[in-house]
Amino acid sequence: MNAINKNIKKTKSNLLDKIRGKYPDIIVKIDPYHIDYINSYAEDSLFFQKLQEGKLMGSKCENCSYTFATPRGYCTECGAPTEWLELPLEGKIHTFTVCNFGGEEFLKECPYILILVEFKNINRAFLSRLTTDKKKNLENELLKMNQREASKLMIGRTVKAQFKKNCENKITDVYFVLK
Amino acid sequence: MKNVYMISGGVTKFQKAHPNKSFRKMVKEAFDYICKDLDMEPKQLINCIDGSVASYFSDHFAKQLMAGIMIQDFLGLCPKPSFRTEGGGATGGLCFQNAWKEIASGRMDICLAYGFETMSRVETWKGNEFIALASDTNFDFPVGGFYSGYYAMMVRRHMYEFGTTIEQMAKVSIKNHKNAMYNPYAQHPAELTIADVRNSEMVATPLTRLDICTMSDGAAACLLVNEKGLKKIEKICGKSIKAVKIIGIGSGTDTMRLSDRPRGKVILLPWEDEKTYKNLEYPGVHSFRAGRVAAKSAYEMAKIENPFSVNFVELHDAYTSSEIQTYEDMGLCQYGQGGNFVDEGYAFMPNIDYKLIFPNKNDRGLIPVNPSGGLLACGHPVGATGLMQAVFAFWQLQHSINKHFGNDTLQVRNAKKGAIHSHAGTGTYVTVTIMEAC
Repeated sequence: MNAINKNIKKTKSNLLDKIRGKYPDIIVKIDPYHIDYINSYAEDSLFFQKLQEGKLMGSKCENCSYTFATPRGYCTECGAPTEWLELPLEGKIHTFTVCNFGGEEFLKECPYILILVEFKNINRAFLSRLTTDKKKNLENELLKMNQREASKLMIGRTVKAQFKKNCENKITDVYFVLK
Repeated sequence: MKNVYMISGGVTKFQKAHPNKSFRKMVKEAFDYICKDLDMEPKQLINCIDGSVASYFSDHFAKQLMAGIMIQDFLGLCPKPSFRTEGGGATGGLCFQNAWKEIASGRMDICLAYGFETMSRVETWKGNEFIALASDTNFDFPVGGFYSGYYAMMVRRHMYEFGTTIEQMAKVSIKNHKNAMYNPYAQHPAELTIADVRNSEMVATPLTRLDICTMSDGAAACLLVNEKGLKKIEKICGKSIKAVKIIGIGSGTDTMRLSDRPRGKVILLPWEDEKTYKNLEYPGVHSFRAGRVAAKSAYEMAKIENPFSVNFVELHDAYTSSEIQTYEDMGLCQYGQGGNFVDEGYAFMPNIDYKLIFPNKNDRGLIPVNPSGGLLACGHPVGATGLMQAVFAFWQLQHSINKHFGNDTLQVRNAKKGAIHSHAGTGTYVTVTIMEAC
């Protein structure tokens, strides 16, 4: 467990305790709230289907040929419909960060690397996770490293798409690794 | 189109949690501050107001849908017209502009803009999750959705393109936290060093805890009028009011997904030259196109031909990096020069000792940015934030900082025109509003 995770554990429910300590006359209670959404991917469904076949599908404008690595039904440049376009499985890191903190759902995964991937001849990029060899612990290395050195090391690096064996119909069914 | 003026404003103290006050009570406090400021009884002001616009970002944080009507009800403003404005972090700025529209269109003579956020209702990591739900929930959020991560990727690219440094970002944190030492409304006044900022916990490389604003509870309110409304209120309160005129509004948008940001040509301000940017792919993820569009249209409307004819800026510094990026969007310097702009000290108050060395003493304070302490040090109760900026800018232009802060350290001496800038997640919605002392 890294330092920040320890910290988070230490401060867990601290806010409630603090509030109760500071305002003894005020009633503060915990209200749970949970939702199971029936979430439809609608016109983007094919993208998620194809992840199971190890394919990455973007969009190409039928009118102006503008290309999008994240699929969308219509072109932002001219408003015309797009067609599906199979993307290459290799791209380059446009930018990245190591998240050492996050939303509740991802706390247990910290630190993790987010990247924007740019593909050759594709106008728009793709957001994904960079998964690394756990033994090498690149995440911690990047956290400690001089930030300019970290950029030099990572930006422009070739990355390769990988697909989960048991797809969950989620964007995380695809992730990237360093080539 | 009618001339629009701001004639009063109120802010609650922003803090981590206000469990002893409901969101209604917080807005009521800001409203009562306006009554006091104008020497009016609440009933007198309620009778004058034609309608209102409510500003709050998240139903999740409020654990309440239609919180706006509960405020309207609590203030005693029913059955007057009202509606809610929502646009992420820019909610307050958009609300202010919506209130402006109510007056400018001639629909109302007197309009109240109010806003709040109660972010202490959940722990910070749950709050981060709520905020991240304001990114594409199919393509972005599940990847590890975290706004600080998105901004970290953006500034990483800014550093790569332009050589911006973490030390320059730390100096923004030093400036805003130090300014807040003189602002009694601020949540996090502090005296910091570059080492303090860099040694605070790493959140998402290269951004540390002190590069990032915190979550807050708070409320703010602004009163906007036309000339008829101004006369009406002056008659009731029996004194002349130092009004501030709103001379320009602008707003812009950009794609929800960072990955969808295009790489084209820079949108030029009138004083810029295309040749300067011949090799720059714009906006990419290093710049906020919506901020540029908002600034450009606000400047045009306010007939601003030189950004330094504006004497100060209160801008949306949710991150130290976004303050630097916003200098460029607003044309305070060229794209790529934001880091140098910090080093030169242009955005620092001329009269405060930041324990930093600036190359040229005379250039310091050319255009103070976030004299109040900004979001970094005042806090960021989202729906209140853009209105808080309007209130602080209003007090600057009234030259009444001393009255409201209890000291005049942060009073910008030559404040005649000021700009406020409100910004939603990764620059999806941005507003710029220019105000002028009458």
